Amino acid sequence: MTPTPTVPSTTVPPPFPARPRRRRRPLAAVALLAVAALTAACSNSTDSSGGSGGGGNQTLSGDCARYQPYAGHGGTTVTVFASILSPESDNLEKSWADFSRCTGIRISYEGSNDFESQLPVRVSGGNAPDFAIVPQPGLLAQMVKSGKVVKPPQQTVANQEKWSPVWKTYGSVNGTFYAAPMSANMKSLVWYSPKTFKQAGYEVPKTWADLMALSDRIAKAGGGAKPWCGGISSGTATGWPATDWLEEVVLGTYGGEVYDQWVNHQVKFSDPKIAAAMRTVADWMQNPAWVNGGYGDVKSIATTTFQDAGAPILTGKCLMLQQASFYKAQWPKDTKIGPDGDIFAFHLPAVDPSVPNPVEGGGEFLTAFASRPEVQAVQNYLSSADWASSRVRTATGWVSANQGVDKSLYTDPIDRLSADALTDPAATFRFDGSDLMPAAVGAGQEWKSLTAWFAEGQSIQKTGRGARRRAPPRGGGARPPPPPPPAPSSRLLPPARFHRPRGFAAAVRRVPSFGSARLPVALVPGIPASW
Amino acid sequence: MSVRRDGGAVRKAFSAPLASVFVIAVTVLWTVPTLGLLVTSLRPKRDVTADGWWNALLHPDLGLDNYHTVLFEGGSGVSTGLMPFLVNSLAISVPATLFPLALAAMAAYALAWVRFRGSDTLFFLVFALQVVPLQMALIPLLQLFSGGAHLGSLTLLPALDLKGTYAPVWLAHTMFALPLAIFLLHNFIAQLPRDLMEAAVVDGASHFKIFRSIVLPLCTPALASFAIFQFLWVWNDLLVALTFAGGTPEVAPMTVRLAQLSGSFGGRWELLTAGAFLSIVIPLAVFFALQRYFVRGLLAGSVKG
Repeated sequence: MTPTPTVPSTTVPPPFPARPRRRRRPLAAVALLAVAALTAACSNSTDSSGGSGGGGNQTLSGDCARYQPYAGHGGTTVTVFASILSPESDNLEKSWADFSRCTGIRISYEGSNDFESQLPVRVSGGNAPDFAIVPQPGLLAQMVKSGKVVKPPQQTVANQEKWSPVWKTYGSVNGTFYAAPMSANMKSLVWYSPKTFKQAGYEVPKTWADLMALSDRIAKAGGGAKPWCGGISSGTATGWPATDWLEEVVLGTYGGEVYDQWVNHQVKFSDPKIAAAMRTVADWMQNPAWVNGGYGDVKSIATTTFQDAGAPILTGKCLMLQQASFYKAQWPKDTKIGPDGDIFAFHLPAVDPSVPNPVEGGGEFLTAFASRPEVQAVQNYLSSADWASSRVRTATGWVSANQGVDKSLYTDPIDRLSADALTDPAATFRFDGSDLMPAAVGAGQEWKSLTAWFAEGQSIQKTGRGARRRAPPRGGGARPPPPPPPAPSSRLLPPARFHRPRGFAAAVRRVPSFGSARLPVALVPGIPASW
Repeated sequence: MSVRRDGGAVRKAFSAPLASVFVIAVTVLWTVPTLGLLVTSLRPKRDVTADGWWNALLHPDLGLDNYHTVLFEGGSGVSTGLMPFLVNSLAISVPATLFPLALAAMAAYALAWVRFRGSDTLFFLVFALQVVPLQMALIPLLQLFSGGAHLGSLTLLPALDLKGTYAPVWLAHTMFALPLAIFLLHNFIAQLPRDLMEAAVVDGASHFKIFRSIVLPLCTPALASFAIFQFLWVWNDLLVALTFAGGTPEVAPMTVRLAQLSGSFGGRWELLTAGAFLSIVIPLAVFFALQRYFVRGLLAGSVKG
């Protein structure tokens, strides 16, 4: 049976589509409806309700009695905007759930990984949240400059005294205190495997000389293992781990004063001191005999993602990795972390033993954009040791440098280690320098130059020159360098594309790539020409 | 005649066996990454980190766990699943497609067939607006929505209290879509035969009657193709939604949720593939529903016939 011939396919379509048979099309009606809906929707707004109590002087009893100082604002809502995402943000919300239940102040939390670019847009658009949890003092300064940041109430200022004095300076702009710190994290850690160390008879080094001697011993022991591994690839933020190495060496060699001068550009990148610190870094992380365990030569540091960097420690191909406390999230789920486990960390010793206990770290600051009484109540609560304890109790992975937090609350050994170092009154704590420098330098040029230093073996002089190169005057230079090609990987989904470390550099402007083009350059803060 | 011969030649060239093989090869090649994404979304996390997705074809160990987590758990204990965001996405995309379509169709008709002074200049101005990048308007628009417009002490537009609603996103998308929509539809509508319009006027039809009974039915393909474009654009948009709606589950669309899915430290990256696949289901449905208009509409306004 032959198929019936179909209509010859070469007919030219009519110049206009055939007139539809139905005479009336519903489109006009839809159009009218749409316009009506558009106007109707404009007058529509949600109002918040919920929470207990209706304001006024309520008295809290029972469990809630401890929230009495914050009472009297029932039925209100306070919005919080931050870069912390679920699941980490769930613990945050849990930590203030009791407070909300008792006082009736609803805290509406919103996390975004475009926080650093969205916050300036919302603030200058007149749509600022009540609170922003800002991880970079540089961004805080930019917000204060906009004139929208509100000074904290007396109680918050008093609460903040429980942190060591240096934190107050990081929450201040031009000498005025604006934002109380909420959390602290520690970057000066060296991850290692207690098991491997024990088998080989190595001891955790207490001084820089010990550390170097140990590295040498490991390198000479052979067996395919190298003492150090590292990775500085991180998408558009490639290079940031290298800035941490340099910052730690500067802080550990010269102490807090020179570090502050360097960050404030009184000591330049070309200064002999900084060049000497770079040589120390070169002897350590660019020593061909010492790196890059499990990955290859020195240059492989530039192409290894920071997330993957520590993996060879588990297989014994590499023995140590210098990386922040948040690296804990990168170990496989079943890794036993602890002083006798598969993985643990020790405090990176000072290069110069006369510098007492140098700690480089980061933190997050609670910045208020409104002064309504309920906003101030929340601000007072979140700056208190009560709240910090509540957050520490809720889940691991959060450290507060508040002296009022009982250390026995930390159940995780890494948290405990960080808390001990961060609250040590004798410690020289300094904030991550690349978060303090203007973004064009700390997040743009320094990342780029140090990456070139590792990837191309560029000389120290040239790297120093590059890192301090003056940014273009109109702020165009503040954009991070274009993303380098991703590291070769056998997997379909290299996790690097989706990871984002917190607490570094204001200019990790992860540009929304869904459908929309890049953010305007105009949003990037201006750079002081003196850089 | 020449049109017919050319069309035939092209058609013949494309239906030759060699060409078919070539086209099929390109299609397969083109689809491989998507297939990889699909397979990855079905694999457990430990397998994904262990080896490439093609290994799953040899040793299948596939499951819907990732999809279950994305849909009902949202990647963590407290958060809601993807459902509220899916609803938000629809609630944003459908009006944000219909509004510009309705406004642009009317504007295009008026610019094409209603003679008034300066209509050409007006059309040119609208057309020129296309070069204004959307990003430039973000902050001014936000200021307009949150503070209104003032000229000295004179209030031109009161502050609309739109915080936490879909309205700012609809308005923003409508504004950004209008120049292109008006341009495309204008070119299509302007090419409708003049005789039709004249006959209608002779019969006593008003402009609105002509628009509703003649123009709208005739430009359905153009409307449909623009609807596809606009729907896909709005559905995939992250920037406008993030800026005007924010990230709360009450108003945020799926793209915002997808961007947050893997967590602050990227610990749940295995959920991204599943989330991405869920987010393309509806655009695919729209595309297949309207695709017969698509090719026809692509040429709309560009070919004189």
